[in-house]
Amino acid sequence: MLQTFIQQIINGLALGSIYALIALGYTMVYGVLRLINFAHGDVYMIGAFVGYYAAQKFGIASASGQISFGGALILMMTAMMASASLGVVIERFAYRPVRKYPRLTSLITAIGVSLLLENGGQVLFGADPKFFPILNSAVTYTFGSVTVRLTDIIIVVVSVSLMVLLQTIVLKTKLGKAMRAVSYNLDAAKLMGINTDFIIAFTFALGSALAAAAGILVSLSFPKIDPLIGVLTGLKAFVAAVLGGIGNITGAVLGGFLIGIAETMAAGYLPQSLNSYKDAVAFAILILVLLFKPAGLMGSVAPEKV
Amino acid sequence: MPPLVKKLLWSLGTVGILLVVNQVMVNGIGGYGIPAQDYYVRVLTLVGISIIAAVSLNLINGYTGQFSIGHAGFMAVGGYTAAYISFYYGAGILNTLQGLPLPVALTIRLFISLLIGVVFSALAGFVVGMPSLRLKGDYLAIVTLGFGEIIRIIILSIDSVGGARGFSSIVQGATEPPDQRMFEFLKESIFFWVFLFAVITVVIVKNLVNSTFGRALTSIRENEIAAEAMGINTTRYKVIAFVISAGLAGLAGGLFAHYDNYLNTNSFTFVKSVEVIIMIVLGGMGSITGAILGATVLTILPELLRDLQQYRMVIYSLLLIVIMIVRPQGILGRRELSLSGLFGKKKTV
Repeated sequence: MLQTFIQQIINGLALGSIYALIALGYTMVYGVLRLINFAHGDVYMIGAFVGYYAAQKFGIASASGQISFGGALILMMTAMMASASLGVVIERFAYRPVRKYPRLTSLITAIGVSLLLENGGQVLFGADPKFFPILNSAVTYTFGSVTVRLTDIIIVVVSVSLMVLLQTIVLKTKLGKAMRAVSYNLDAAKLMGINTDFIIAFTFALGSALAAAAGILVSLSFPKIDPLIGVLTGLKAFVAAVLGGIGNITGAVLGGFLIGIAETMAAGYLPQSLNSYKDAVAFAILILVLLFKPAGLMGSVAPEKV
Repeated sequence: MPPLVKKLLWSLGTVGILLVVNQVMVNGIGGYGIPAQDYYVRVLTLVGISIIAAVSLNLINGYTGQFSIGHAGFMAVGGYTAAYISFYYGAGILNTLQGLPLPVALTIRLFISLLIGVVFSALAGFVVGMPSLRLKGDYLAIVTLGFGEIIRIIILSIDSVGGARGFSSIVQGATEPPDQRMFEFLKESIFFWVFLFAVITVVIVKNLVNSTFGRALTSIRENEIAAEAMGINTTRYKVIAFVISAGLAGLAGGLFAHYDNYLNTNSFTFVKSVEVIIMIVLGGMGSITGAILGATVLTILPELLRDLQQYRMVIYSLLLIVIMIVRPQGILGRRELSLSGLFGKKKTV
């Protein structure tokens, strides 16, 4: 009994760090623009596909579809750069033109971008799933009846390092300071001489790069990828961001881990017949959070000014 | 002319015209070489269903300014409930009504199924709307999206409505041999029913938004805090609008179930909700004629683009982005098309 519990916690940590990485992108964009970037989950999907095609193009994967750890790192860098550029392009050509309109307009635009990436992906990559190369050092460690995959350890270590890196950028650099200023008050930041357009683009680049990293990490663990993988994962990561308190970076990480663990617990403990409800867990959490603590665990409520 | 008589004449005229059009479309006109227009009947029936869905969504998204993206969920509730009644109780209803002429009995059976579908989807709207309408803007959008998906997952796991296989032979029912009477009846008349209900929906929504109730909704859209300060119970109004909108969505779902005779949860995904949103966004949020225009264009467009089937959603999504950038208020904005406006007559207030 305890072993099942520990096993689910370990699985949950790996899944949760993925959600956390994606949630960071949602939360940062929401912080600077007050926009739910619906397309974020699809940027994550594009990241995975860039990795897939890069592996073929660079000949990193062996014939049997395996890659070394270093190879995976190269794929991740490539995917992060590609997605960062995509994020900037989306911001420049879809979101910036509608920034002056009411927020609902941006929201609809975001849904449009999301659908464009999903359906464009289906046309471009084909709707049938592709298989991502797997790590050749995919060892499994066993402690009693608890098994830990090396891939899971890599996922957690890499994502936590990325989170630390992000935290350093946001808290210790001038760019980070500017990001915080824009998030606090966009107009005031502009008056202080901050190039807000650049900061917003930078935020998109940062968030999209993290999403791409998550895309590669997930694909190493679950190699089946298709153009719609971003939909559900993106939504759950968004729920994670809301749970932690949207706009709050630490909150996004906390929320990500909580959602990940809740989901694996549901998968582990729900009876087989209810297993299709595992995907509904995140939504149920979302609804409960919004009803009882709309600001999230670490967020603060800003009273609406008239 | 007393207004009541005028209204009665209008209603009779509308029903009459619809009956004649239905007759011509389905059977053609024998002596004049006008054949039956099966293809157009199909496309136009779908247009009618889309109009009901779009106009009802417009009530909550366009007039009340609450952004719901779970409309397909309510269509699914209405559709599946109506289908369930038709499938399991249809024969029973017909048996009870044995004394009546068959078309009347079949009409009553259709109405009962649709009505129960509407009641259930309105109830679902109440259950969803009650907690979530306290939220604003983006949050409401994401919660309605979540509820829409949950509704779909629940339906998917109910075996008596087919689960993942889909729900087939809805109007024939479970009896052996299959009862074809309803099927034959609907084949002749579904076009009429869909458009009759489309007209009814438009009239309901039009009267609602032009009433005190509608002005309250508009004030909530314009400024919720100000509306509250003027003594409007905003949550109450939002929930009522949401329930009506969900109920009418259920009507669209029920009609679709009876028209297609087959339901599958894949028809009620997030993409379907977005399609309805694109209809009202294109036509103009907060305009009934805009919603009708959007629904018509976006239902006929895929038929014209049949060769580009693969690119349909790509075109849709690009369209959505471009409209938002170029003309965020949609084609008509909040204006209404009207015949008198078209011919330059001045509107008398």
